Amino acid sequence: MATTDLRTGGLECHGLSDQQLRDIFRNMLLQRQLDNRGFQLNRQGKVPFALGSEGHEALQAGAAMAFNRGSDILAPYYRDLGLCLGIGLSPYEIMLSIFARAEDHNGGRQFPNHYSSKQAGLMSFSSILAAHLPHAVGAAYALKYRGDDGRAVLATCGDGTTSEGEWHESMNFAAVHKLPFVMLVENNEWAISTPLEKQMAQPEIWKRAEGYGMPGWRFNGFDPIETYAAVKDAMDRARSGGGPSLIEGTCYRYLAHSTDDNDMTYRTREAVSERRKQDPVPAFEAVLLERGIVTPQDVAAMRKDILRETNEATDAAEALPYPKPEDLYTHVYEGAWQPWQS
Amino acid sequence: MAVVSSTNSTLMNNVEAVRATLYEAMRNDDRTIILGEDVGARGNVFLITKDFIGEFGEARVIDTPIAEASIVGIAVGMAMEGLRPIAEIQFADFIYPSFNQIVGEAAKIRYRSNGEYTCPLVIRTPYGGGVRGALSHSVSIEALFYHVPGLKIVVPSFPDDVKGLLNSAIDDPDPVLFLEHKKTYRLIKGEVPDGHYTIPLGKARIRKEGTQLTVVSYGLYVHWAIEAAQRLEKEGLSVEVIDLRSIRPMDKTAILESVRQTRKLLIIHEDNKFGGVGAEISAMVAEEALFDLDAPIRRLAAPDVPAMGYALPLEDEYMSSAGEMAETMSEMVKF
Amino acid sequence: MSQAKPAPAELERRDLNDEQLVAIFRTMVTQRTLENRGFQLNRQGKIPFASASEGHEAVQAGAAMAFERGKDILVPYYRDLGLALGVGVTPYEVLLSLFARAADHSAGRQFPHHYASRRLGVHSISSVIAAQLPHAVGAAYTIKYRGEAGRAVLTTFGDGATSEGEWHESLNFAAVHRLPIVFLCENNEWAISTPLAKQMGQPDVYRRAEGYGMPGAAVDGMDPIACYAAVGEALARARIGGGPTLVEAKCYRFLAHTTDDDDRSYRSREEVEERRKRDPVPCFERLLVERGILTAEGAEALKRTVLEEANDATDRAEAMAYPAAADLYERVYAQSWHPWIT
Repeated sequence: MATTDLRTGGLECHGLSDQQLRDIFRNMLLQRQLDNRGFQLNRQGKVPFALGSEGHEALQAGAAMAFNRGSDILAPYYRDLGLCLGIGLSPYEIMLSIFARAEDHNGGRQFPNHYSSKQAGLMSFSSILAAHLPHAVGAAYALKYRGDDGRAVLATCGDGTTSEGEWHESMNFAAVHKLPFVMLVENNEWAISTPLEKQMAQPEIWKRAEGYGMPGWRFNGFDPIETYAAVKDAMDRARSGGGPSLIEGTCYRYLAHSTDDNDMTYRTREAVSERRKQDPVPAFEAVLLERGIVTPQDVAAMRKDILRETNEATDAAEALPYPKPEDLYTHVYEGAWQPWQS
Repeated sequence: MAVVSSTNSTLMNNVEAVRATLYEAMRNDDRTIILGEDVGARGNVFLITKDFIGEFGEARVIDTPIAEASIVGIAVGMAMEGLRPIAEIQFADFIYPSFNQIVGEAAKIRYRSNGEYTCPLVIRTPYGGGVRGALSHSVSIEALFYHVPGLKIVVPSFPDDVKGLLNSAIDDPDPVLFLEHKKTYRLIKGEVPDGHYTIPLGKARIRKEGTQLTVVSYGLYVHWAIEAAQRLEKEGLSVEVIDLRSIRPMDKTAILESVRQTRKLLIIHEDNKFGGVGAEISAMVAEEALFDLDAPIRRLAAPDVPAMGYALPLEDEYMSSAGEMAETMSEMVKF
Repeated sequence: MSQAKPAPAELERRDLNDEQLVAIFRTMVTQRTLENRGFQLNRQGKIPFASASEGHEAVQAGAAMAFERGKDILVPYYRDLGLALGVGVTPYEVLLSLFARAADHSAGRQFPHHYASRRLGVHSISSVIAAQLPHAVGAAYTIKYRGEAGRAVLTTFGDGATSEGEWHESLNFAAVHRLPIVFLCENNEWAISTPLAKQMGQPDVYRRAEGYGMPGAAVDGMDPIACYAAVGEALARARIGGGPTLVEAKCYRFLAHTTDDDDRSYRSREEVEERRKRDPVPCFERLLVERGILTAEGAEALKRTVLEEANDATDRAEAMAYPAAADLYERVYAQSWHPWIT
């Protein structure tokens, strides 16, 4: 059982090409840009709610790079903007969700950030923490049952979710049935206002793996390449019938939980600023610049392009209509919505 | 209303009333423990318990892990051992994982132990829509629980009722589900008498008197119903609005006395229509006062779809406005 | 002259004196006798149902000996006949429960074996597996909150219960708050028809303790003295503020789940017979006789006395009345049961 901490072995390792490294970086920039756009729109009074993911960019971009599009299944949670972008969702789809347009995958029904895309293999989920994990395990069971080799389910959650009973039940079942399932915990140290030490008595979530009878390990979630390696390792094991893994990426939540939260009520600016020094976006930019994988002009062009994409997506989505009142009654059941049969 | 120890009152909104009542309960009885997600350092996501942890300490204001089943279950254990826990479920939409602990355990402890063990537990939770809360921050849950013997359910709409009913819930030797409509938190203000008082469970209150139609409601919709009734008054129509306040037990006398006068009954609630609280009220009135009615009983409630959507038109379609209420009231008066 | 027999090896008795060893044995015999009585009464058509606990006698009698009456709190599960007897529940109370008499602690409302005794500190439980664990944690919190040093909660459950979400949530909370509680798993390898291999991904429940940040230990569940020592050590730790422990006693369930189960459909007779060789009741009897703690005649006399007690309890309980129909309406609430107030 692999229970070691991984250390990045340099950019040459893990088989990533220069283009893939640039793609990872672009994903990180795009995540941050779209995140900010959500907050902007909220401040402008255009959307009632936004939820940020700053601090998670490396973890999500790295994980997405290890995901096989068109093959693997993703069971994310509501802070996985970057992961969803990374597996193929477009800025336009993101903005449709933020603006709750009829054209949105969920018809404007769900909170923003609750993406769903059958086509991308992105399972529909709710705001209820851990409720998606038994679903992810069921999906993994379906893959195994149908003999769908080479495919696996990547499920994610935060540190808080690991306290939920359904987290436990899901891990246990996945282990018993040796399912093609990877549990990726994005440990950002905060569950709204609950710090890690109130959430659990020992802070290393990966250590629970042994109790379930599966491999587990921890990696630096601020490093997209270390992330990629860890997720790829786990997903490859799952895809080849080696069973489930518990992998824990450490990062940090720089912003409050959402636009309805004020994190200064429970932590200090100093504590957050201190961790900002590890901000993965400028850190990876610096690494790529140093290695000559991008030039400053490349980066500027990327940012400009991302801004353009974001603006286009915003404008396009904003211009579309809301769902109509009569849309409330569709998709309750396959047949009629009425409970009284006449 | 029980004797009030002072003739002074303070103007406050519903969230302030919850806060003030909890504060006094914590001060007066150190068996009182508050537990839930983000209730300590954060002071609750609506700031209801802001600074409580500083004043009362970590042992009495517990920031729990994310684990709703055990938030209720642990509170049950505390109650069985003589503490007075007030468990908070952050949003009613998150209560489902604790369904067994509420319905299968808390409700049955006194009964199954023949009174040897009891469960004096309060579960507080904000519910209801009109705040763009979508599928997981808008739901009404009372219909799932009011069916269960052994549980009590309270839904105050006004700040003075919030205080009196919360005090009663805290004092009650049995488990009480205390539902707070989140939209009324800051929207609804009123005078709240100073000092400690309780309002007995199972007693409704007439919030507007009238002679031509009885409207029974609870939660946010009491306010819209009153507004609608006031509009109709200008047209010469007289509508009585009863605020249920307590769903289990429920006030039969108030409803029947009013219906025997007006001879028409409209029940308005935010929850889905099928199997909602209105169904039990309708059945009871049909059983006991059929020949006092001059019109069929009607219910104005949410359509029977899973949720109000995040998009505004979906939320609006799901919820009932004062205008829609006035329309239905008018129809019934004129029937 | 016959050869002198070799002196018997020293009994690993820990701090137990002869009287206590015999008391443990007596509890084990009483458990076995009353359980048999339940099955007998069921076969005679006198009671509809009885639950089995053969194979658990050592762990339950041993744990009960470590329990401090009048101080500790027991939150058991429905297979804890011996544990209940060992903390002071009488055979008469057990038979009242089997016969569902009005004089029973639950006034005939509960399934048999769902004992409760406020006086003895035994919590009221349901049949829902693991639902009692958060209650046990709440009780432990209460003890700690009130500063009641020297008190602890002992809560028990089977291997199947460890798969429940509420099991996970309970251990996690107890660890975060360092509560005075001992989680005792009576791992008898079967959850009705579910064998260990279908219940969990690795067979050692105690190995999950580390993930929660609490000590964990395994003990031979067929050895009452070892169980006494293990549970005693954990309770002692809890009582002085040392926090929770997960103890796993490895035993075996010799019979079917209850009188409504037929275990021939899911396990072999050979397996059960093989495990019978370590039946804790005759094994402990043999040990006590060999070590001179009891004579063979003494052991027989003890068993006769226990049987007489069981007969007496049976007769007395059977002669008692059922609850009256009107009793159905009592104690729904502190006041009237009516949901409509007039």
